[in-house]
Amino acid sequence: MPGATPRNIDVARYLDHHRMMHRIRAFEEAAAKANEDQLVLGAIHLSIGQEAIASGVCKNLRTDDYLLSTHRGHGHTLAKGADATAMMSELLGREGGICQGKGGSMHIADFGVGMLGANGVVAANINIAAGAAHAIKLKGDDGVACSIFGDGAINRGPFLEGLNWAGVFKLPALFVCESNGFASTTRTEAMTSGEGAAARARALGVPADEVDGNDIVAVDETVRAAVDVIRGGGGPRFIVCKTYRLHGHTASDPAAYRPRAEVDAAWKNDPIARCAAVLREAGIDAAELAAHRDAAATEMNQAYETAKTAPWPDLALAYTDVQDIGDPRERAF
Amino acid sequence: MTVMTYAEAGMTALAEEMRRDPLVWAVGEDLGRGGVFGQYKGLVEEFGPERISDAPISESAIMGASVGAAMAGTRPVVEMRFADFALCAVDELVNQAAKARYMLGGQTKVPMVIREPMGMWRSSAAQHSQSLESWYTHIPGLVVAVPSTPADNKGLLKAAIRADDPVVYFEHKNLWGMEGEVPDGDLLTPFGKARIEREGRDVTIVSWSSQLHTASRAAGMLEKQDISAEVIDLRTLWPWDRDAVFASVEKTGRLLITHESVSVGGFGAEIAATVSEHLFKALKSPVRRRAAPRIPISYAPPLEDVVRVSEAQIVETVLEMVSS
Repeated sequence: MPGATPRNIDVARYLDHHRMMHRIRAFEEAAAKANEDQLVLGAIHLSIGQEAIASGVCKNLRTDDYLLSTHRGHGHTLAKGADATAMMSELLGREGGICQGKGGSMHIADFGVGMLGANGVVAANINIAAGAAHAIKLKGDDGVACSIFGDGAINRGPFLEGLNWAGVFKLPALFVCESNGFASTTRTEAMTSGEGAAARARALGVPADEVDGNDIVAVDETVRAAVDVIRGGGGPRFIVCKTYRLHGHTASDPAAYRPRAEVDAAWKNDPIARCAAVLREAGIDAAELAAHRDAAATEMNQAYETAKTAPWPDLALAYTDVQDIGDPRERAF
Repeated sequence: MTVMTYAEAGMTALAEEMRRDPLVWAVGEDLGRGGVFGQYKGLVEEFGPERISDAPISESAIMGASVGAAMAGTRPVVEMRFADFALCAVDELVNQAAKARYMLGGQTKVPMVIREPMGMWRSSAAQHSQSLESWYTHIPGLVVAVPSTPADNKGLLKAAIRADDPVVYFEHKNLWGMEGEVPDGDLLTPFGKARIEREGRDVTIVSWSSQLHTASRAAGMLEKQDISAEVIDLRTLWPWDRDAVFASVEKTGRLLITHESVSVGGFGAEIAATVSEHLFKALKSPVRRRAAPRIPISYAPPLEDVVRVSEAQIVETVLEMVSS
């Protein structure tokens, strides 16, 4: 088991992380089940194996800090504080969905906890997060805006434009690259020239750290230090979290383009097991850790049961929240 | 009333709104030096560089950051410099700004104004001359404004800044220096209310932006031939004032739409189709369009003029309509 480094850790904090990582894992497993049951009609992208990043980042954000996520955003959204049942109902397109069934998995948002949206367009959330940080600065607030994106995003223009923007205006922005090795179904390294994400960020004047994204302690400590700097007016920071996407690009992708042995090896680096090992070394009982797993499974199975018995959304919703001026209901013919 | 130019009217609108609401700010390339057409001149001195903000040549970030800043509680006025350049930020406008409110289940609105200087203006060729207003009318979530006078450039811009929707705001480069009387004070021009530029009996001519003035001059030429043309300035394309167009066509029985943008897929097609669907029996002649051919805009003036729809062409078409 790599990386189970004995440290003087805040046990309560890492019990929270362990609980949250299990909740994310269980949510994704319930979502995968819903997908197999053909109750999720659109594409969903699972974050199994990447839970330490979601938990490690969001634990260091306040509820009123902003988070912008990607198509692979269930874990981030849960960790920011959104309700699992409302999220699952959204995946199933049902009444009670967190976006009224109008967005689905790729547009999950919960403004009540500062989660301003997942996004269906790779890298689009980088500029939006920079803008949310710009608003924080204009208003003189002490918040932070965080964008989490994958390694595929570093080859899109908004990566350059958004990081440069945050650097030029010295914005309170945290950029987290969840580097899981794949850009859709292609290995990112095969399509990326140069030294990679951190070097690009540094070249744009944004200080960058690289951490083992499956080590919850490393992620938590690195993010905490970065957020302290950002909140103190130190400008934007960039963190690359190295991880591995244990499932396919979508829940329906068998990911046959990579060898089985590679995936098996990656499972041995499971961030939840590593977090558990850290806690065991700190004296936490195995039964307590197993209880986290069981509670998470119960919660997420219940979320799925609730979602699948919910009715479809009211048809009138098709015409709401389009726009105030020139509302389509005035011109429905 | 104060006589001012179209550019000054826009500047007055922005300054008044920035004085009224500290959350309004403008961002774009070269704004600190007054903007590429001088339409922000002097504003940085009053409001400072944070609220009249320069930007890198990063259209995607200008638009995308403004989406985030709008969702996080401010009201950005985005300067795109040329409507052509705004194409570098179509994802941010079409997939993000226009869709966020709906796809996030009404949890947010995206109050922003996207200023896009449009149209032909001297020899500027195919990447600095386009009129792309019809594209954005196709996108649910967007409001599209196309002011043709200094008064409307004040009243519509102020209304756009106060709107909670993303408003794509097309100012015509050929109109920057146009002078006109502009009402003082809090002028708010409603969206979707057309202006009757000129009343008439025999034919309705619908237009907007700079082409409206060509249509108006053509109406003057027709008057000398005893043909009375009613000229309607739509002012905004979404929403567009269907009621005003219908009322006029019911009176005249003839409809010509003229715009500077390409005829194929232009907004004239939408107006023609709608009138045909609802007022077919009121029509005395087929609905006609006069708009640009589907060719890129040239640099050499005689080639550039091939794209322009002239007063003479409008007159010629109306004569065909009234004699049929």
